[in-house]
Amino acid sequence: MNEPVFIAGTGIISAIGNNVAQCFDALENSRAGIGPMKYLDSVHKHRLPVAEVKLSNEELAKLAGLPKTKSRTALLSLIAAKEALSNSGIENITKWRTGFLSANSVGGMDKTENFFKTFLADNNKGRLRDVVDHECGAVTELVADALGIKDHISTISTACSSSANSIFLGARLIRNDILDVVVAGGTDALTKFTLNGFNTLMIVDEKLCQPFDENRRGLNLGEGAGYVVLVSDKVAATLKNKPSVKLSGYCNANDAYHQTASSPEGTGSYLAMSGALKRSGLQPADIDYINLHGTGTQNNDIAEGTAIKRLFAPHYPKMSSTKTFTGHTLGASGGIEGVFSVLALQHGIIFPNLRLETPMKDLPFVPEREVIKNVKMKHVLSNSFGFGGNCSSLIFSKV
Amino acid sequence: MYIRATGNISPQKTFGHPPMEEAPVAYAGNRLACFEPDYKEFIDPKLIRRMSRIIRMGVAAAMECLKEADVKVPDAIVTGTAYGCMEDTSSFLSKMVEFNEELLTPTAFIQSTHNTIGAQIGLMLQCNNYNNAYVHRGFSFESALLDGMLLLKEKEATTVLVGAVDEIINNSHAILSRMGLYKQGPVSNLEIYKTIPIAIGTKGTIAGEGAAFFMLASEASATDYAKLDGLHTFYKPAGVKEIERQISSFLEKQAININDIDLVITGKNGDAASDKIYDQLGQTVFNNSSMVNYKHLCGEFPTASSFAFWLAANIAKSGKTPALLGQSNSANKTIKRVLVYNHYMNMHHSLFLLSAC
Repeated sequence: MNEPVFIAGTGIISAIGNNVAQCFDALENSRAGIGPMKYLDSVHKHRLPVAEVKLSNEELAKLAGLPKTKSRTALLSLIAAKEALSNSGIENITKWRTGFLSANSVGGMDKTENFFKTFLADNNKGRLRDVVDHECGAVTELVADALGIKDHISTISTACSSSANSIFLGARLIRNDILDVVVAGGTDALTKFTLNGFNTLMIVDEKLCQPFDENRRGLNLGEGAGYVVLVSDKVAATLKNKPSVKLSGYCNANDAYHQTASSPEGTGSYLAMSGALKRSGLQPADIDYINLHGTGTQNNDIAEGTAIKRLFAPHYPKMSSTKTFTGHTLGASGGIEGVFSVLALQHGIIFPNLRLETPMKDLPFVPEREVIKNVKMKHVLSNSFGFGGNCSSLIFSKV
Repeated sequence: MYIRATGNISPQKTFGHPPMEEAPVAYAGNRLACFEPDYKEFIDPKLIRRMSRIIRMGVAAAMECLKEADVKVPDAIVTGTAYGCMEDTSSFLSKMVEFNEELLTPTAFIQSTHNTIGAQIGLMLQCNNYNNAYVHRGFSFESALLDGMLLLKEKEATTVLVGAVDEIINNSHAILSRMGLYKQGPVSNLEIYKTIPIAIGTKGTIAGEGAAFFMLASEASATDYAKLDGLHTFYKPAGVKEIERQISSFLEKQAININDIDLVITGKNGDAASDKIYDQLGQTVFNNSSMVNYKHLCGEFPTASSFAFWLAANIAKSGKTPALLGQSNSANKTIKRVLVYNHYMNMHHSLFLLSAC
């Protein structure tokens, strides 16, 4: 049950780039992707900045090879999942027991919310093709079918920790000898539903977010998709380019404090991080970098920071929230930030926590403000915490 | 592994101490709604007021299951739902459209997330353990069940609360009706398999909903319902031949053959195209098997297989089919081993194998 699970490939699309290379370039050069709303048609357009993927649905559909009428969530997913598979160097996935585990928070809601305008006025009106892929699982199936994966498919939705849980499950299915290859991660497109939901909670920043800043005001919503290709030892042995990173730890815990807020002491975060360490057999001092959940809300950052203090004091690893680049991509964040964690290890680079001005006075550490290159790194911890107290942490390690 | 306890809210009187030897409840029309219990016994009245209907049903079914299992805090909570909290989603969406993204309040949004029920259970139990939510259409319950079984196998848990919840609301019924899912004209749930003319059948099924929870345990106890021997799922099979092959290889992996199965519960739902698959299997792999159906009791919905799982657990416990089933079966011996074969829209196919303890 402790066989190694390798990362053979990565794929990503986000506000800072349409593939891994573009995203890496933006991260390396401190170029954030958050700005005025261009593609989502919302009344909050001029007030709330967002981190949109810089392509229209038509352009995304062309890249993905799907009809442009399909949900943006599926278009983003297919582009990133395809890249991950091609990057893995696996020549023929049908030779292996292959699975697709995706995550998202609202499925085809971007289409449903437009359908509802017509439907509410008259229940016999509205194009059915706009609701046929409403379910979270329908989005996954569009992509699985396009990739030709059918041995095992599933969808997870635990709010903002969703895709960390799908990567985690992928590793377990390999370790349990159910699958050999798993494309795992998640996707979410910006929708009016989500934007308005977060807006009612009054945690959306009207300026660019400042995670882990004493004067932080909230989060910016983003969109995108991120996937890793997880493979067993046996599959890794057949690859020309041997994987350099493995998934060594993972844990899912629940804060059990409030439906949307984190406990002040960050119980769930602490349990997820310490559980992942235990699973990997590592000590806190072994972690070289933490890719923070770091949303920029008052509540998350103090809870996560307090849990880190409890677990890591007095020696803190380098840390940053890459949500300062991509915004909070919700169900995709665990996948996107999982890929960033792999990139950090592969390139020996710590990504900056942008726009950090005043460090939080209640925390004894400060996330990195500038890019740091040529860092010797062995282990990276990635945090994803969400509504419902769902907290998950992953540890990626150099092979 | 064992099924130690259950909690089931459905369109039949399945909650609490179900009257297994009473005839099933008959419904006129193509929409079956759950019998809801008095929630005060299970949930703090202050909380009930804030919860939408599906959350109440899910939480109460989970609490009943925990009570029966005599487990205060399970090692893991895993839920499955295809549609999630529809009423909350629809309510927030409708107001957003109606008021053009202004004057919205957060409650419906907060409760619309697909992990709400698992999270609410975790919160009520103050359970910091593993908590996950699967949302894969006709595999939602199966995915949750697989996760629970793996947690036991990995020795990460000794008790796992696994459940499935789905509701039907006016808006979803209207949309799914337009997609042609349900029978039109007068229909009774007890008559859905007897379409006239029988050879042709009619299009559509009847809508259902439910909340069913199970306590899976790695160790046996004196009051277990059944042993859970195996689970298998397969997606979009190429045809009946592949379905037959999948069933045979599943049984082979369990080191049994079809004659070792005393009862097969199938997911017939009254839709001619959908039922044809079960009829064809009745001519081949299930040729000599005693077969019964269950969707006249709970209706069709993506997590309806959780009702079949509950039924199979009860049958394995008592050794016979209950009057509640409203159907006789040709098995004239004590039922020890039950196979559930269900498919949802010929996309999501699942097999559960349960046996008497």
